[in-house]
Amino acid sequence: MNDVARSRDFDIAVIGGGLVGSSIAWGLARVGQRVAVLDEGDVALRASRGNFALIWVQSKGLGMPEYSHWTLRSVNHWAGFANELKEQTGLDLCYERPGGFHVTLTEHEWLYRDALMKRLAAQPGMPAIEFEMMDHDRVKAMLPQIGPGVTGASFCAADGHCNSLRLFRALNQAMQKLGATYLSNHIVDRVEPGGGGFRMFTKGGEVRANKVVLAAGIGNARLAPMVGLNIPVRPQRGQIIVTEKTQPFLRYPIATIRQTDEGGVLLGDSQEEAVEAVVGTSVIAVLADRAARTFPQLGALNIVRSWAALRVMTKDGFPIYDQSASAPGAFAATCHSGVTLAASHAFVLAPLLAKGQLPAEVFQIFSGQRFDVPKAA
Amino acid sequence: MFQRLPETRGATVRVAIDGQPHEARDGDTVAAAMLAAGFDHCRTTPVSDSPRSPYCMMGVCFDCLVTIDGTGNRQGCLVRVRDGMQITTQRGKRELGQ
Repeated sequence: MNDVARSRDFDIAVIGGGLVGSSIAWGLARVGQRVAVLDEGDVALRASRGNFALIWVQSKGLGMPEYSHWTLRSVNHWAGFANELKEQTGLDLCYERPGGFHVTLTEHEWLYRDALMKRLAAQPGMPAIEFEMMDHDRVKAMLPQIGPGVTGASFCAADGHCNSLRLFRALNQAMQKLGATYLSNHIVDRVEPGGGGFRMFTKGGEVRANKVVLAAGIGNARLAPMVGLNIPVRPQRGQIIVTEKTQPFLRYPIATIRQTDEGGVLLGDSQEEAVEAVVGTSVIAVLADRAARTFPQLGALNIVRSWAALRVMTKDGFPIYDQSASAPGAFAATCHSGVTLAASHAFVLAPLLAKGQLPAEVFQIFSGQRFDVPKAA
Repeated sequence: MFQRLPETRGATVRVAIDGQPHEARDGDTVAAAMLAAGFDHCRTTPVSDSPRSPYCMMGVCFDCLVTIDGTGNRQGCLVRVRDGMQITTQRGKRELGQ
């Protein structure tokens, strides 16, 4: 039983200590809220382990331009976000925004990408995002190591990346520095609204708070009904390969290939990557094959590790931000892009949660109610 | 430093370590040959540039990484010396490759 948790009531409890929960918790502590973060232990199926550390704008928002705006807003906050975390923790998040590529390996892929980017840009209400479809020669001028099989790429100057391991650590340190209480091994069995607040029954004891934010990734599906919300999310397997550390050669992040500040090259599968011939081949083999066709020199590098993680996906791929009508003070945040959106979660979402209200004009579109179908239909 | 046991035998193998000629014995691993030649480290780490020398000598610890005939990050304890082999102390990250 944790004495800290029992002896003290909190303004707000954040359920989930991954990237989403930690970003929100730090943002809440920044504006003076007394925060408790209720986290699982090391056994957590943390989606934050499966991220690719991209801070990514291009190709996001097809079908929901508001998501594109929300993404861009976060990306524009990212430099200030990284600076503030560095000031508080001394940790350099290695944030860079050199622009990013999405490479194509066949003519068909290029045409498909071109059509997708045009459709995206033509949507009413889209923000102006600068992007360019490049042919092989244009790409080669910026990425000299590409192989002859690269047919081109889309390039977006707004894209960037960071060191997400340090981001995670910095958020955890910074929130505690600002007075947040981080409680590990506090997996939440039950949330009970009542008496103008919430009681969280956890493996580590009971914690009380005036408000609660569900930021438990896939766990939100289970927790949401306890506070009158509906958060239909499903796990999606993501896989990543990392090579041995090598001399810096890649100045720009690519949607599925990224060289970290320490030299290792990450190869990942991206949700938006429409790989056609996956059937019968393991995802990992496809990743490695595509990477070696993009940069033939990668073929000489040894692979050090590969791992899989369960990422969080909604039915339409867009995030869910919601507030409960039946249990006022209960909120939920669920998204796929916890790194990209971290700055918005800390600087925009958290202060609104502190005030206790998500303004409908921005957040109604992200409500889980969009998945409700009238029973008669 | 390390000395060879008097009863060990083997034909002489000539290698270059950091451009200097050295004599090793047939059957030596690269890591053993470097230790016998008096090298106190075979590489520096890729992030903090701290020196490392062979430790486990059985393929597990990866501290004996070295550049052999132009290819970096080879495990020195798992590669036998050959006449004319070019062995180089590896400084930091390996090369990208050809």
